[in-house]
Amino acid sequence: MGTVVVVGAGMVGTMIAYRLAEAGVRVTLVESAFAGSGSTGAAMGHIVVMDDSPEQLALCAHSRARWDELAATLPPSGEHEHAGTLWLATSDAELAGATARVAGYQRAGIDACVVNDVELYRLEPSVRRGLAGALRVPGDAVCYPPAIARSLAERVMALGGALLRRSVASLAAHRVALDDGSIVTADAIVVAAGVSSPSLVAGLPIVPRKGHLVITDRHPGLVHHQLVELGYLHSAHTFSGASVAFNVQPRRTGQLLIGSSRELVGYDATFNHDLVGQMLDRATHFVPAIAQVRAVRSWIGFRPATPDKLPLIGRWPAEEGLWIAAGHEGLGITMATGTADLIVAGLLERTPPVDPERFRPDRVMPAMERVA
Amino acid sequence: MSPPLEQVCDVVVVGAGPAGLAAAAAASGAGRRVIVLDQGIRPGGQIWRHRDRSALPTAAHHLMNEAKRSVIIPGARVIDGRSPHDLLVDVGGVAHRVRATALVIATGARERFVPFPGWTLPGVVGIGGLQALIKSGLDVKGARIVIAGTGPLLLPVAATAARAGANVRIVAEQVPFRRLARFGLSMLGRPRAIAQAIRYRIAFRHSSFATDSWILRAEGSSAVNTVLLRRGGAVEHVACDWLATSAGLIPDTELAQLFGCAIGNDAIVVDAEQGTSVAGVWAAGECTGVAGDAAAIVEGTIAGAAAAGSNAVTPRARRHQESGRAFARRLELTFAPRPELLALADATTVLCRCEDIAVGAIDPSWSQRQAKLWTRVGMGECQGAVCGPACQSLFGWTLNRPRAPLGTPRCATWADALQHANPDDAR
Amino acid sequence: MTGRVRLVINGAPHDVADDLSVAAALFNLGIMAFRADGSGHPRAPLCGMGTCFECRVTIDGVANSRACLALVRNGMTVETTT
Repeated sequence: MGTVVVVGAGMVGTMIAYRLAEAGVRVTLVESAFAGSGSTGAAMGHIVVMDDSPEQLALCAHSRARWDELAATLPPSGEHEHAGTLWLATSDAELAGATARVAGYQRAGIDACVVNDVELYRLEPSVRRGLAGALRVPGDAVCYPPAIARSLAERVMALGGALLRRSVASLAAHRVALDDGSIVTADAIVVAAGVSSPSLVAGLPIVPRKGHLVITDRHPGLVHHQLVELGYLHSAHTFSGASVAFNVQPRRTGQLLIGSSRELVGYDATFNHDLVGQMLDRATHFVPAIAQVRAVRSWIGFRPATPDKLPLIGRWPAEEGLWIAAGHEGLGITMATGTADLIVAGLLERTPPVDPERFRPDRVMPAMERVA
Repeated sequence: MSPPLEQVCDVVVVGAGPAGLAAAAAASGAGRRVIVLDQGIRPGGQIWRHRDRSALPTAAHHLMNEAKRSVIIPGARVIDGRSPHDLLVDVGGVAHRVRATALVIATGARERFVPFPGWTLPGVVGIGGLQALIKSGLDVKGARIVIAGTGPLLLPVAATAARAGANVRIVAEQVPFRRLARFGLSMLGRPRAIAQAIRYRIAFRHSSFATDSWILRAEGSSAVNTVLLRRGGAVEHVACDWLATSAGLIPDTELAQLFGCAIGNDAIVVDAEQGTSVAGVWAAGECTGVAGDAAAIVEGTIAGAAAAGSNAVTPRARRHQESGRAFARRLELTFAPRPELLALADATTVLCRCEDIAVGAIDPSWSQRQAKLWTRVGMGECQGAVCGPACQSLFGWTLNRPRAPLGTPRCATWADALQHANPDDAR
Repeated sequence: MTGRVRLVINGAPHDVADDLSVAAALFNLGIMAFRADGSGHPRAPLCGMGTCFECRVTIDGVANSRACLALVRNGMTVETTT
């Protein structure tokens, strides 16, 4: 494998390009705007191990460990910190459900435990009273994705790679046609263009799942962990329809990032007032002090969602030399490291870190329920 | 958690400066129910924000009197809107929802700051900023003040400072004398403006007025104590307690942009009726181009009448509207910042004051959005209100479109504003 | 005629005219630093009208309140963050 073109300089694309360049491959990154400009720039930056399925758990666990290795080399602007996640249980039933998941986490090598209400309030005094407890995953982290994507793109260039600021006009076997009429050829092409991937490769089962985020002014010490309600899992699972779940992240600046909403409305970037109202309500419900915190800005992003909630990673059989690394929905930042390892293993014919079979882009998918 | 206080009227006016008050007067005069939302402690805008109301000019007294027919809500910040006709408003932390069939935007202007070494020192303020502070009670008696900037605003501010007992060391205009003289000649047809300028000059007659002069840097440790002033061809050190400086005024188009109104040449684009590109939205005053209070009153009157569906605009008002627009263009051409002002900052000079980002962190080939995502420029509390226009001057960037919330409401206030008083309203 | 109000600024009582903005009151008392930047350098109002947010202080316990937009009130507490 001498040359590879990576299309898309988001977190997934820059991570793949960096790992390939590190392995001695000549890499060309093609990006229409700048590194981290798409969903990466709108992402929350929660490096979180989720366990919806054994495959998701395995890839998350490997990916988080790889983030930990990378962390020491990241610039301070990447803001990688082990804040840990607290999944808040509003009832004993929810807490019991969380307890049942601890063993699975531990089998995957992920430290996790259930804490009771007393311990929860010791860890997070500003969380509202009356909760049952929480599932604590201390090794989860937070980061600032666009600064990391920038840093990775710069490393690629330092390792002899190239960054072309161009849009892709068309893709074919071993060749990429750019919007200026030029053609780039390579031994392999990796499409890591997130929500834009289906416009480059027909037939990819990816739809945009819209989300809103709100960031506040600075209140250092108000919240220490990423706080998510266990009900989030329900919100994330329901595919069609709009939903909101409590999800708050402390930033290094002392700012709070408030999420999260999910909608399937295509690329309609209209601000949804009702959903943001519900997001703010839930935030102030779980952390009453947020009521007094000032909202500074809001934005919208589109998660690249697949019908079976797993990313598409691997060879795309319709074209010779074409590989896909897309469709991570809300886990693109977390899984970027593991995705890069899978792609590198595939391209360089090395042993993959996790079983790649369930991530094959051409696997059988459930039907997309509704694409608005 | 409580739903917002709901208010319904025919015409809602945002901004209670000369344009907003004139619009309110015209619309209420046509029999419409009018609500005026204003961010200030008192109505009047930046120009008429005096604590001592007896010091206000006749036009102000007249409009404030007329405005009594409208409901004026001070301390009101529009933070968001479900549409231009359904505004969400933060009034001292309490959420309001104001619905009207017509919106008149009269949000005025802001100052443009271009960074120079030392501009973050306490005591370095805007020119309008100094005036605003004096009008809110800043005591400048005996204080040594340097005023350096550009345009007609220099004169009233120097006069305000001098009348308040300040020792105005120098008033520096960056424009060369000949260009200023040409501008002066073009004003001969406006005797009232000239008389006003002379009154201002008399008020600060003990201070020198220098053209072709600008600030190179401000120095001091806990606050500014000296400025380096380039005066003609020479450089002078001037000791001072305050430096009032800016690179001119720019229209405040934030609210208009939130609703997608077309912007041209940094101002809200309006037609002959002061209508914007968005149906049911009018704009008047300096947010449509900086031309002073007289033009703002005319535009406000036209916008208020149009928003009220009345066509009571006199031919005389039309003529004034036209000459106001011509004046705005002339001001812009005459007082554009000179290239030297764009080269004062060095790599260590702060560009984004909220996030402490230096000029050297930026690559001019980037876009505003790229700089924001990569370096945090413009991400702080002011949301780029200061560094955005600075980047525009320094790097030629197009500014990011603002997003909700405008201002920084408490989360509870914004959440309340987004509630539905009538649950049937929610989908 | 203006009256007087008592403010508690950084723990110390001060009597000021009742029609001042909080920013003007602080400056008049010789307080030139309203907040500190990331490296501890002092900052104070620039625009004087609530746009630049350099005037933010804690007023009556509410952090990041804009001193240029607030009128003094009897009993008000103000803390600078330097």
